[in-house]
Amino acid sequence: MKHMIYRLTLFCAFFLLASLSLANAALKIDITRGNVQPLPIAVLDFKAEDQVGFDLAQVITADLERSGLFRPVARNAYIESNIDVDTRPRFREWRVINALALVTGSATIQEDGRLRVSFRLWDVVAGQQMTGLQFFTRPDNWRRVSHLIADAIYERLTGETGYFDTRIISVSESGTKDQRVKKLAIMDQDGFGYSELTAGRSLSLTPRFSPTAQEVTYMSYHNNKPRVYLYNIESGQQEVVGDFPGMTFAPRFSPDGQKIIMSLERNGNSNIYTMDLRTRETRRLTSSLAIDTSPCFAPDGSQIVFESDRVGSQQLYVMEADGSNIRRISYGEGRYATPVWSPRGDLIAFTKTLKGRFLIGVMKADGSGERILTEGFHNEGPAWSPNGRVLVFFRESKGEGGGPSLWTVDVTGYNERPLPTPGFASDPSWSPLIR
Amino acid sequence: MAILLFNFKALYNATRNNIGRGGALALCAFLLAACATDDMGDNMGSKAGSTSYGASSTSASQTGYLSENVTDRIFFPTDRSNLNGTARATLIRQAAWLKQNGAIYLRIEGHADERGTREYNLALGARRAGAVRDFLISQGVSSSRMLTISYGKERPVSLCSEESCWVKNRRAVSTIAR
Repeated sequence: MKHMIYRLTLFCAFFLLASLSLANAALKIDITRGNVQPLPIAVLDFKAEDQVGFDLAQVITADLERSGLFRPVARNAYIESNIDVDTRPRFREWRVINALALVTGSATIQEDGRLRVSFRLWDVVAGQQMTGLQFFTRPDNWRRVSHLIADAIYERLTGETGYFDTRIISVSESGTKDQRVKKLAIMDQDGFGYSELTAGRSLSLTPRFSPTAQEVTYMSYHNNKPRVYLYNIESGQQEVVGDFPGMTFAPRFSPDGQKIIMSLERNGNSNIYTMDLRTRETRRLTSSLAIDTSPCFAPDGSQIVFESDRVGSQQLYVMEADGSNIRRISYGEGRYATPVWSPRGDLIAFTKTLKGRFLIGVMKADGSGERILTEGFHNEGPAWSPNGRVLVFFRESKGEGGGPSLWTVDVTGYNERPLPTPGFASDPSWSPLIR
Repeated sequence: MAILLFNFKALYNATRNNIGRGGALALCAFLLAACATDDMGDNMGSKAGSTSYGASSTSASQTGYLSENVTDRIFFPTDRSNLNGTARATLIRQAAWLKQNGAIYLRIEGHADERGTREYNLALGARRAGAVRDFLISQGVSSSRMLTISYGKERPVSLCSEESCWVKNRRAVSTIAR
């Protein structure tokens, strides 16, 4: 199966390239501000015998552009072309067209059949190399190398971890609204390599990645018993999580990947449980007559955010990992749902319902500093990029022919974009970096 | 006789029975009470490749009787799971019918409209199905004859994005399980 190959072909050695000049460059994108002025960057086609040199530059450029932090310089303005990774660019000419950063590279097939890709990132104004890496991999792995290079450029220029060498799992939706077929589907974060993982005979909902990236937990109506499952992406094997008498739903992994936290419904009442995947030990964390659901661990595992309608409407609560010290954190107007803790630990993203509209927002972990990132008829289910800079969510359109599609937005609220999928898609979850 | 506010028969694709069950179907038409159902909840339409929601894969005549003469579903206000007078009257009729038909097992489906988040709506559907189950127990129906399932907002019957449709989707439907 195609998706099985992902980890196996990951083998991709890389080495730092010796610098062609002293690297003490000052070029940096300050992403602490809201609306960043995108950095003009030129990515030359990598010097290669075949199409792959062009393809590498295209994928790298597209990754950087979509982040909103980079503005690719128009290709027809390029002065130099066809230079290899060991050639020093003529910086003065790049300065003329206002490219502040420049990427050059080479791609060659070696005698052993492996693809060697090397690149350098240049500070055009200082005339200095900022970073340089060399990769060895199977030729059909060129797209992943592109994402790894885009991550290296992003990291060098922003000082933050990248997120391009990642995937997104979601639910593909087909069929009419009253008989929807819902399958798990996985793709690269830029929408390429899309493939469906389940057959669609029963509803598949709310997949979430394991922190180790090769497993997913989700909810399935297999045999008309709505339960939480584990799905191994490499082997395709599935198993039900626990042996519970009622519906289990709203699953997520703990940050160490050892536990599943989820809701269990008994006689119409939903509470939050954890199950240890090794010992199979289950633990009840909430005991209310309200709906307690959508739990999510803080990245250090010490606390849990969840939603509850214990005061009569959905609100957000934080508790310790053992279920103690429950306190409400959402106090704004409206209802709050689907809280997800940022991988950085500082923010909690949520779905908010206000006056019949559905909004995506973030607040600090103590509930202060609420900001709305997007709003409309129906937005739902934010999930974080692994570096905590971007949220992916789904947006439903109205009516009988309406359906969901995936969107991304910066944590700043800027750079909202559609994430194209072959058909309707919902319930996105972002993988961690796969390194 | 019940006053029907809605006739949902058109929404049913009630005849999903395979040939092997045809004989039982004909028998059930005459002997409602005597037609035992012992493989409860096992084959809800899966053999046909899809599941009918708010309908049932069992005897068309039983389903039709339940839906038309007794009324198979009740409705809820937004975000609520309490039973109003109409709902209670419907469930009282369902309970009476179940007492007359002691071999019938119920599968109670809880549903929500599209104006909520997915996981909350799963819980809300479960709460609605649970409210029906609890009320039927209070009317003397044995809990062992009922199972509940929530579909959240996943299986609407009315598809527009207006209150006129949402009001029909916030429902609990009693279907015959077998």
